[in-house]
Amino acid sequence: MAAIRTEGMTKVYGPVHALDGLTLTVEPGTVFGFLGPNGAGKTTTIRLLTGMAKPTRGRAWVAGEEISNSGRVAARIGYLPEEPALYRWMTPADLLDHVGRLFGLPSQERRTRTKDLLELTGLSQVGKRRIGGFSRGMRQRLGLAQALVNRPEVLFLDEPVSALDPGGRKEVLEMIGRLRGQCTVFMSTHILQDVERVCDAVGIIDHGKLVVEAPQAELLDRYTVPAFELECEEGSEPAFEALLEALRGLEWVTSAAAAPQAGTVARVVVKDLEIARRELLAQVVHQASALDVILRRYQIVTPSLEDIFLRLVGEATEGSQEGAA
Amino acid sequence: MSFYASLRKEVLELVRTHRLLVMAVILIAFGLASPLFAKLLPEMMGLVPGGEDFLSLIPTPTISDAIAQYVKNLSLFGVLVAYLMTMGAVATEKERGTAVLMLVKPLPRAVFLLTKFVALALAFLGCLALAGLGGYYYTMLLFSAPDLSAWVALNLMLWLYFLVYVALTLLASTIAKSQAVAAGLGIGAIAVLGALPSIPGLGKYLPGQLVTWGTALFTDPSARSWPALGISLGLIAACLVAAWIILDRQEL
Repeated sequence: MAAIRTEGMTKVYGPVHALDGLTLTVEPGTVFGFLGPNGAGKTTTIRLLTGMAKPTRGRAWVAGEEISNSGRVAARIGYLPEEPALYRWMTPADLLDHVGRLFGLPSQERRTRTKDLLELTGLSQVGKRRIGGFSRGMRQRLGLAQALVNRPEVLFLDEPVSALDPGGRKEVLEMIGRLRGQCTVFMSTHILQDVERVCDAVGIIDHGKLVVEAPQAELLDRYTVPAFELECEEGSEPAFEALLEALRGLEWVTSAAAAPQAGTVARVVVKDLEIARRELLAQVVHQASALDVILRRYQIVTPSLEDIFLRLVGEATEGSQEGAA
Repeated sequence: MSFYASLRKEVLELVRTHRLLVMAVILIAFGLASPLFAKLLPEMMGLVPGGEDFLSLIPTPTISDAIAQYVKNLSLFGVLVAYLMTMGAVATEKERGTAVLMLVKPLPRAVFLLTKFVALALAFLGCLALAGLGGYYYTMLLFSAPDLSAWVALNLMLWLYFLVYVALTLLASTIAKSQAVAAGLGIGAIAVLGALPSIPGLGKYLPGQLVTWGTALFTDPSARSWPALGISLGLIAACLVAAWIILDRQEL
């Protein structure tokens, strides 16, 4: 059973299609990164899945419960909004205790859970201080703690680290990473490095439509460019050009050319990546030795999630513009 | 389960944000000051330059004046407190985002609303009990002991009267998306309810009649205003149900 499943989920606000037929499946125990530019429909998706808004069309299930049954869904999820608004007059311990009461936890379990979560989020020292005096990062960490009180089956995180400094981001991302296998994490973000760091699977949304959904490794493989990059020491450019000329003579090489602005860097595009992986390095070393080229770098070009994101979002935008035209 | 958890939080909030203290101070102060003010009015008039000429026109204060002063002050300031305490109850939580964080948990929206009402009702009950105790003691000290059962009944009527305004303002707070809008809607609703008794024949059916009924009990223990009681309870229920339906349909 999928942890999250949506079928044609649509949300319309007047003339705006905030979400347009979203069909998505998130497997249990994964950390799912829901990527998209601002206004793509990420927060709308989370609001619909958590029962804070109702879809105009379509259906969805969270932890096996249909979202129209909001009471049963609520008992099985945790939610951290982008800017968690917490009761300023409470202390962190008060808040976690209150949330535990809402979930019907017995008093002993509430005490233990409060202590554990304060430790987990590094707030033990300020457990008795009023939340009103907390920094945004502390509120974010407390927001994560309150979302975990009931040991949720599915945890929704809306831009969980966007407000944090680099240190805080690292800590929270590590915390999220540790949840892998314990619960399903559905994390919306526009920070690609965070997704690369912790997410197993990725969904990219743009203009309310899902552009792609796949495990991160598969996505990176799918969009791998069959190319290699070479870099030589400065002063070796003429010999480097001769090396590239020699490579262009190989039948499985499509092109080999230096970058226009930096003659010391070149890209070799191949027809068959497998053959190139086996033979190109030997060819390069042989030619470099013969031509007296001092090489600095030899590297398979791997696309980053950012490359894929920009490419897919760009394609989706072009597609929708063509469709509109 | 979630009812008691939410009610506990609402009561704690009233205490920790000092709103309960403010409510208690205002109601107790007017409860104590009312008989005192009734007793000292002629003497105060005498202190005003030229006021001594009117002294002979002012009758000697009686226990009825003390009760009338108590009713006048409490009914006016109680409504004001009810309005101020309630106008942001839901709107502020929606505006700040705390409502989202709580309602995404197993806390039905009806319970979220009802516990706010019950917490304020309990706060008013406690504060009014203290105000009533103080007012009774000072009236007894300065005049004579009022009829205890009538005094208790009067305070219960005042309590119910305040609850009508709490429910009405809670509805305004639920409709509004911000505290400012809630304040405007609330004051509008209070103004309408305050103006309705000016329509001939309508006053005896409205919540204000509860206060008149409570006051009349001191002179006529058989006085009754059941329609006003029924309409007040009906108004409270209608406001709460309307607030629930509206909140249930709102997207947060």
